[in-house]
Amino acid sequence: MTTNSATPVLKLSSTSFMAIFGLWVINKAGGLVYQRNFADGLAQLTANEYLVLAGTLHGIHAITSRLSPIPGQSSGAQVIEGETFKINVLLTLTGTKFVLLTSPAEPASTIDTLLQKIYSTYAEKVMQNPFHTPEMPIRSEAFDVSLGGLIG
Amino acid sequence: MNSSLDHLSPTTSSARFSLPSKSTSASRPNIYERNLNKSRLSEVSAPSFSFLFSEIVQYTQKRVSGINDLERRLNTLGYRVGSRVLEITAYRAEFSSKAPKREIRLLPALMAIHTQVWRAVYGKPADAIEKSVENVDEYMIIDNDPLIERHISVPRDFAGLSCSSFSAGIVEAVLDGLGFPARVTAHHTPTSTYPTRTTILIKLEKSVLDREDILK
Repeated sequence: MTTNSATPVLKLSSTSFMAIFGLWVINKAGGLVYQRNFADGLAQLTANEYLVLAGTLHGIHAITSRLSPIPGQSSGAQVIEGETFKINVLLTLTGTKFVLLTSPAEPASTIDTLLQKIYSTYAEKVMQNPFHTPEMPIRSEAFDVSLGGLIG
Repeated sequence: MNSSLDHLSPTTSSARFSLPSKSTSASRPNIYERNLNKSRLSEVSAPSFSFLFSEIVQYTQKRVSGINDLERRLNTLGYRVGSRVLEITAYRAEFSSKAPKREIRLLPALMAIHTQVWRAVYGKPADAIEKSVENVDEYMIIDNDPLIERHISVPRDFAGLSCSSFSAGIVEAVLDGLGFPARVTAHHTPTSTYPTRTTILIKLEKSVLDREDILK
């Protein structure tokens, strides 16, 4: 990390405010392959800071998946909730994680539907694109456009 | 049966290979025994095709030196599909219509490609046929949203590449088979409403135009 400040990453916002702040896609090795902001409300971070955060989340997720009292049954953290934001995680069977940063007021059902739609868009626009290398950063115009249509 | 299969396959598990076997034909007859005229159930899922086509492009891309070479190879692959498409559409037409006919004039042949061939391959007719204003030997078939390009984002360093060269190959084979030799290429011609719009450019050989003049 280039800075060592202890300031909170996320700014305060009103609790009833509904927003989808951003999306991350983390590959199975913990690398951030896609990062995009959709609404203001999050602190602006450098590319390096996003990478570190994604890696940290990947680690936390690995730990949470081992915390379950029933061994081998947990898929890891699904929601990490703060006072001003929520981190929603969708873990796919292949180990790719879709992380949606939203306001706390955003209903869980909306988020689940949206994450599934994002996953399906990813399957189409990224995985079916011959110019995409698996586990590498996503550079697909069609994916950007489709996400814009989903989230706006 | 097992001993001969083991001999053929490079690994011990033969399940990965699509060798025809009697055990899978319980619900559906295998592909070699299906009726050629029943096209209703012969559709394949679009995502499966997209994955396959994506792998074809990646495979080809690893073995070529440039964009032109890549397009040429895709064209060649499409040509192999096209010659079979023509054969089966002709065969089906013979069974389904009372007066099956072989297109011998240029415009009806182009119309047949635009509608029948496109419907057989992509499940919908193409969107337009145009005649070039500048050159008499050039015709264009336009698809506003080609199925094979729906999920492809061509990166900047491949600017100008059109994966529809595969479709161009199909068109070239069909035209060749009908006796209209031509050079067919694909070009990406996006508009604001149709970002993947593609033009298949047909450049006919001189002999075709000469014959058309005689037939007039």
